[in-house]
Amino acid sequence: MKILLVDDSNTMRRIEKNTLEKMGYTEVHEATDGADAIRKLGAGGFELVLMDWNMPNMTGIEALKAIKADPALKAVPVIMVTSESEKTRILEAIQAGAANYVVKPFQPETLQEKISAVTQKAK
Amino acid sequence: MSQLKIKVEHINPFVTSTIETFAKMVGVEAKPGKLMVKKGNKEDYDISGIIGISGGAKGMVALSFPKSTALRVTNKFVGTAYEEMNADTIDAIGELANIVVGYAKKGLSEFNVLISLPSVITGTNHQIMEPKDVFSFIVPFETPLGGFHLLVSLKAAE
Repeated sequence: MKILLVDDSNTMRRIEKNTLEKMGYTEVHEATDGADAIRKLGAGGFELVLMDWNMPNMTGIEALKAIKADPALKAVPVIMVTSESEKTRILEAIQAGAANYVVKPFQPETLQEKISAVTQKAK
Repeated sequence: MSQLKIKVEHINPFVTSTIETFAKMVGVEAKPGKLMVKKGNKEDYDISGIIGISGGAKGMVALSFPKSTALRVTNKFVGTAYEEMNADTIDAIGELANIVVGYAKKGLSEFNVLISLPSVITGTNHQIMEPKDVFSFIVPFETPLGGFHLLVSLKAAE
């Protein structure tokens, strides 16, 4: 499964990549903000995106809305992984088409469970 | 002028978020000590992750560590084995601060605050200058990886 991690923090990308590799996912690509993500998704073949919210250039919610407005990308499930924990933010992301929502701080098991739930649903 | 005022209890979301962040993402217990009013700008630490706050409240929040604690925390947080500070450890301290403040934000919902991207200051006994006319509080923490402190400087926006 080809997965895109989108976070401006190298630290968070590394933590999420470690979690994915422990789950057996090895084709993990990285983007540093929403605009970079949109560019990389254009290459095609991605089956899951993990998206931070607060990033420079293009935020995660802006990127999510752009993905869901693009006929070529809208089927790709996007999990928001963010410290934005207010209900209004979570609702905004779900209404914009997020497949799931993980609040930082998270335990690795929580991220694994949310990823598994989304990938099982996509099958 | 805003009718809202920052009170000592508005420090609590940051303390709770620090405890939760260390428990979930670093895998250690962070025990808070007694809240203190900050005096002076000199830090007795080597690295600080700083987040600016704007919107209905203005100020900043910082997590400050001695180098040895920062390395141990980073290695446990990220799964690395660095013996010296580098770009990765600096990024990790900034991200820890980002998670702590981002998650604490919901405890300040009446202020509708916005947070900045993280900044990191390094250097022995570096100085953090808080905004003027702001009460600054320090909460020391102890962990099995060493001690650090949380600095919260906030005032309601006018």
